[in-house]
Amino acid sequence: MAKQGIIIEGLSKQYGYGDTAFLALKNVNMHVAPGEVVGLIGPSGSGKSTLLKCLGAVIDPTAGRMTLGDEVIFDGAWHVKDLRALRRDKIGFVFQAPYLIPFLDVLDNVALLPMLAGVDNTTARKQALELLTALDVQHRASAMPSQLSGGEQQRVAIARGLVNRPPVILADEPTAPLDSVRALAVIRMLNDMAKRFETAVIVVTHDEKIIPTFKRIYHIRDGETHEEVGEGRALG
Amino acid sequence: MISLAGRDILHSWGKFIFTGIGLGLLIGVTLIMAGVYRGMVDDGRVLLDNSGADLWVVQKDTLGPYAESSSLPDDWWRSFASLPGVMGASNVTYLTMQVKKGERDVRAMVVGIAQDGPTAAGWPPQLVAGRHITRSHYEAVADVASGFVLGDELKIRRNFYKVVGLTRRMVSSGGDPMIFIPLKDAQEAQFLKDNDAILMQRRRTEENPIFNRPNVPGLLEAVIESQIVNHSVNAVLVRIKPGYSAEEIATSVRRWNRLTVYTRQQMEQILIGKLIATSARQIAMFLVILAVVSAAIVAFIIYTLTMDKIREIAVLKLIGTRNWTISWMILQQALVLGCLGFVVGKITATFAAPYFPKYVLLMPFDSVIGFFAVVVICILSSIVAIRMALKVDPAEAIGG
Ligand SMILES: Nc1ncnc2c1ncn2[C@@H]1O[C@H](COP(=O)(O)OP(=O)(O)O)[C@@H](O)[C@H]1O
Ligand SMILES: [Mg+2]
Repeated sequence: MAKQGIIIEGLSKQYGYGDTAFLALKNVNMHVAPGEVVGLIGPSGSGKSTLLKCLGAVIDPTAGRMTLGDEVIFDGAWHVKDLRALRRDKIGFVFQAPYLIPFLDVLDNVALLPMLAGVDNTTARKQALELLTALDVQHRASAMPSQLSGGEQQRVAIARGLVNRPPVILADEPTAPLDSVRALAVIRMLNDMAKRFETAVIVVTHDEKIIPTFKRIYHIRDGETHEEVGEGRALG
Repeated sequence: MISLAGRDILHSWGKFIFTGIGLGLLIGVTLIMAGVYRGMVDDGRVLLDNSGADLWVVQKDTLGPYAESSSLPDDWWRSFASLPGVMGASNVTYLTMQVKKGERDVRAMVVGIAQDGPTAAGWPPQLVAGRHITRSHYEAVADVASGFVLGDELKIRRNFYKVVGLTRRMVSSGGDPMIFIPLKDAQEAQFLKDNDAILMQRRRTEENPIFNRPNVPGLLEAVIESQIVNHSVNAVLVRIKPGYSAEEIATSVRRWNRLTVYTRQQMEQILIGKLIATSARQIAMFLVILAVVSAAIVAFIIYTLTMDKIREIAVLKLIGTRNWTISWMILQQALVLGCLGFVVGKITATFAAPYFPKYVLLMPFDSVIGFFAVVVICILSSIVAIRMALKVDPAEAIGG
């Protein structure tokens, strides 16, 4: 079966029940091809994080269907028993803040993911170094996270998101703390990595600096999405 | 897999070292407390061993001579000594008091020993320096713990004694060093009234027409003499010939009716079960408090260290770390803290023990118990932190 990236069909999410029930996602449909980076844009409270949490298998959708890579993971109910392993193997997370583990050096911050998946330390570190090299931070491999600049930390975080070669990357405001040069560099890297590893990437953002770079954008408002063709500006 | 706990400890080693030292001092105090109790028990046993006695004959219905005061006529020993199976019976007196040397004074247990020679019960079994008492007056053998040295002049009540020999580990059940002096001197020291009291009593006796009868010559003098000289001792120590049963001889001594006899086991029970029982309970209370305080410290530190890592724990969970891995990380840190504390505590206790005024006996068994207690305390006190870590929602890492 060919890789399918991300397919979301009729996804809805209701918080609470009865009087306090609140429909945060209403019949959301999205698809992201392998190697593609799409933007998810919407005002605060529109449901962006809720969508990422559903995709990231940390909250339960109320209805709908989600396919990641070549596997239906949710169809009214979870199709996978071990959501932790699903997150570890299928989904790379990149957050607004890098959230690196402060007591591990850069190399082990990245190598931790393959290690958690059962890969031996040497191989895991080799894989980590490969990713750090691809993101051009290999020279900081033995530094502690606190010794890195913001841009370097974010690159390490992206390396961590990619190291297990997941079919999907979910990035929540990955450029918010960065200046425009660094923000664009991060987006360029995500694009490069997406192509190189055939990864489907969703970037949640309202960062004006990077919005023009997406070829496709989903707008979300009050839990409903509609698709739009983006400028797809070339990344120098 | 790398050790998350180990890396975290290396990263924030300062916190661990300082908390470990603090905890270690507490554990050290705990071990010392246990050692103080063991020391008291041991002092009691050594006291009984060194007395050389198999039976203690004391005043009727008293727990004498160590736990209660006891008084017996000093001529009864002859009757016990002549019983079959008895090797020897010796009078002995015990009196805890301040013994002076120049300006300085030392709390000591003054033991009056009969002039039967060094093999008799009550005599110090071994000397580390000097010789035994040979004269019947004004010589003393002192324990080195008293700080006295050969040739020192001690003052006990009104008389001066010359230190002719030294012993080691001869202490009372209260830990006071012993000073041996001849029985006659000791009786005088124990029962001697001061000069004013003697004069006053003599005047009262002279004024009493019952004693002062001109037609009975010598009566007044005899009465006064009997009032001054005392013929009491605190106990008779009985030694039994090999092959005879202490219990059987105790039974035949009990036929005297006007006294109480204790065997070695009974005496040990009195010393450990009664004399130091209150101190033991006191120490037990301290041990409980120290355990609770140590647990609170470990729990608090592990809790704060975990609190500081909530964000990282959410991320770890989001990227697929198992609950077990996270719990194990926290538990390991608690155990490392505990072991560090134990090592510091054990070292502290070992080096501090000799500086304590009373004998502190650190038993390896207590250390083993202490170690397991520390491990259990660490496991229990990490539960709070582990529960909190398990409750962390991986969705928190994604944010709102
Ligand atoms: N746990 C929750 N319980 C109830 N309502 C929630 C919860 N999380 C989010 N919401 C609501 O769902 C809507 C979408 O929230 P969110 O997905 O965080 O929006 P965004 O990330 O776009 O700012 C908001 O109105 C928010 O108040
Ligand atoms: Mg949000």
